Amino acid sequence: MAHDTHIHVRSKAEFEYAKKKRADEMRGHLATFAIMIFLTLIAFTMVAAGFSAYLIVPIILLLAGIQVILQLYYFMHMSGKGHGMVAFFMFCGMFVAFITVLALVTIVWW
Amino acid sequence: MSSIAQKKGFGATIWDFMTTVDHKKIAILYLISGGFFFLVGGIEAMMIRIQLAKAGNDFLSAGLYNEIITMHGTTMIFLASMPILLAFMNAIMPLQIGARDVAFPFLNSLGFWLFFFGGIFLNLSWFMGGAPDAGWTNYASLALASEGHGIDFYTLGLTISGFGTLIAGINFLVTIINMRAPGMTYMRMPLFTWTTFVASALILLAFPPLTVGLFFMVFDRLFGASFFAVEMGGNTIIWEHLFWIFGHPEVYILILPAFGIFSEIFAIFSRKRLFGYTALVFATILIGFYGFMVWAHHMFTVGLGPTANAVFALATMIIAVPTGIKIFNWLLTIWGGSISFTTPMIYAVAFIPSFVAGGVTGVMQAIAPLDYQLHDSYFIVAHFHYVIVGGVVLAILAGTHLYWPKMFGTMLSEKLGKWTFWFFFIGFHLTFFIQHFLGLMGMPRRVYTFGADQGWDLFNAISSAGAIFMAIGVIILLVNVVMTTIKNERVGNDPWGDGRTLEWAIPSPPPFYNFAQTPLVRGLDSFWIEKMEGNKKGMIFAEPLGDIHMPNNSFIPFVMSLGMFVASFGALYFLDGDKPWALAVLVIGLLITFGSMLVRSLKDDLGFHITKAELLKDAKGGNTDGH
Ligand code: HEM
Ligand SMILES: [Cu+2]
Repeated sequence: MAHDTHIHVRSKAEFEYAKKKRADEMRGHLATFAIMIFLTLIAFTMVAAGFSAYLIVPIILLLAGIQVILQLYYFMHMSGKGHGMVAFFMFCGMFVAFITVLALVTIVWW
Repeated sequence: MSSIAQKKGFGATIWDFMTTVDHKKIAILYLISGGFFFLVGGIEAMMIRIQLAKAGNDFLSAGLYNEIITMHGTTMIFLASMPILLAFMNAIMPLQIGARDVAFPFLNSLGFWLFFFGGIFLNLSWFMGGAPDAGWTNYASLALASEGHGIDFYTLGLTISGFGTLIAGINFLVTIINMRAPGMTYMRMPLFTWTTFVASALILLAFPPLTVGLFFMVFDRLFGASFFAVEMGGNTIIWEHLFWIFGHPEVYILILPAFGIFSEIFAIFSRKRLFGYTALVFATILIGFYGFMVWAHHMFTVGLGPTANAVFALATMIIAVPTGIKIFNWLLTIWGGSISFTTPMIYAVAFIPSFVAGGVTGVMQAIAPLDYQLHDSYFIVAHFHYVIVGGVVLAILAGTHLYWPKMFGTMLSEKLGKWTFWFFFIGFHLTFFIQHFLGLMGMPRRVYTFGADQGWDLFNAISSAGAIFMAIGVIILLVNVVMTTIKNERVGNDPWGDGRTLEWAIPSPPPFYNFAQTPLVRGLDSFWIEKMEGNKKGMIFAEPLGDIHMPNNSFIPFVMSLGMFVASFGALYFLDGDKPWALAVLVIGLLITFGSMLVRSLKDDLGFHITKAELLKDAKGGNTDGH
């Protein structure tokens, strides 16, 4: 396991492939970005329109959840290869946190 | 730092251990300090049993008794059992997956020193105005009312050592995910590695709630906050939740590695592949998963209401299912095997009925209405000692015999080992079996004495007698260790003769780089496969012999932890009106810690290379003992 740096010269085909991939990725980023702005707009309009708080709060929470997922998958590359374990542990953490909060809310504070 | 064998002086050896980043040496540090705390906790246990040996005894005062049971529980869980298990994980897990070290050797050392200084800090309370006295669970109303600084030693000490454990857990996770040798797929990992993996995941998820709870407690007691102070609008129950959200996973952090050790033992000494390997793996994961959904079974009598009690009672009972799956798999592993009753194997066989007894009482306690009767009685004491001593401690003793040759290159005496076993095993059941009945007869736990007219005299006397047997067993073990070390008869790679996994394919103890060439793993029980195919080398290699890159030793982890230790004294005395120097101590301690972090960040430490020539010289029989 010698830790030398290997210098890899890319072939033409590899270069083309990488270029195309990056272009795809960029398109994904832009699309997600647009969606995120749109979701934010919905949230603001709802508040501005003065709907009932019982409607606004759950919807905003839902939108926030979607935003987090988009952020993780499109901007923090969680869909990329080799991120399976990271994702797994993140979801475990969220799960434990969720159970904890749920229990405290239902049996202590309710 | 050459790989050439040389005799070191005493001072040089100490320095070597203080700066080491080698997982095998850190394992030895964990074993020695965990062993030391095990003896301290054991002495405390003996004092408890002396006090309770007869009615109305006045060997200990009521206040001192509270301090001793608190320190006994805290020491045994945090400073003895867990570190000793971490010792085995450190020593064996990297070898089992064919790695040269853990993923972060520097952090490994930092984790140890944080644990060590946290433990020392906690125990210094004995000499500095009194130990904590609110039980190892440290329930908030009691803890906030406790006078003196005992509780502060508890909260600060556990915060520091908790950081250490958290670091160790993360390190093991990354190691297992990233450093497995080629061919070592997840479903080829030895069971001890699997249980290390799941236990580390539990550490990662369970320690943060404890840290949060401890922080709240520190702020309540030392800086005038009121998270748990009811009269100020706080809520004392939240501590109980935070503690048990950590506490129940904690008991699985302890028992899962124990299961791992026993799984290895059953396979080795039955000379058979583990029965139901896949089922064992999934049961381990499932236990880890359920472990987070049952904590309120410790709080049935708090008044959570019937719905919450029912939900948590059901969830708790479900955990018994994967545990049962494991028991059956072990039995079927032994079944039809060609068994050799070595010391580790005797422990493993004795573990099954002992642990099952503890599991059965656990399920009884999970029945919420019944728990209203059992809660806070000696029945509970009997339950958790059956699972912890009958499970974890038996595994620790078995693991000590099993892995001693791999860690130290010598073999503990089998004869003395069996003596230890019999004394300990008989003593254990004598001490704790009868406590079930004391509980059913109404004896509450955590009382410092009882009256002669209550009818508990005889059973308590029997229980105390049992404790003496256990103590004799432990003393024989110590004699065994000393004699083995003095005799110093070196053993080969596979001293038990039936090793199945990679650690037995390399010298005992392994050279400091573990594997001169990274092995290529071809299946479960990789060493066994090679043995069966007549491969004298014990493994096939995934790479040609070449230079190996190794990390340098470092003194920084020690200094960093020392800084936390110093800072804790400052925090402890912060609000005492008459100690103006406390703030200075706090600041100095933090400066030491952050200063050493800065040094670590700014100074490049690129490690060093072992050349191919040196490796070839080692292979000719030069260096095997890790120096
Ligand atoms: C079949 C599995 C198990 C079940 C169903 C179970 C159930 C329970 C329940 C319901 C309690 C609370 C009793 C009370 O305080 O009223 C309890 C206490 C306890 N259990 Fe278990 N348990 C199991 C396994 C374990 C294991 C494996 C360990 C440790 C290795 C363990 C350690 C403890 C400890 C330390 C306590 C007492 C905590 C205290 O109040 O100080 N248990 N158990
Ligand atoms: Cu529990």
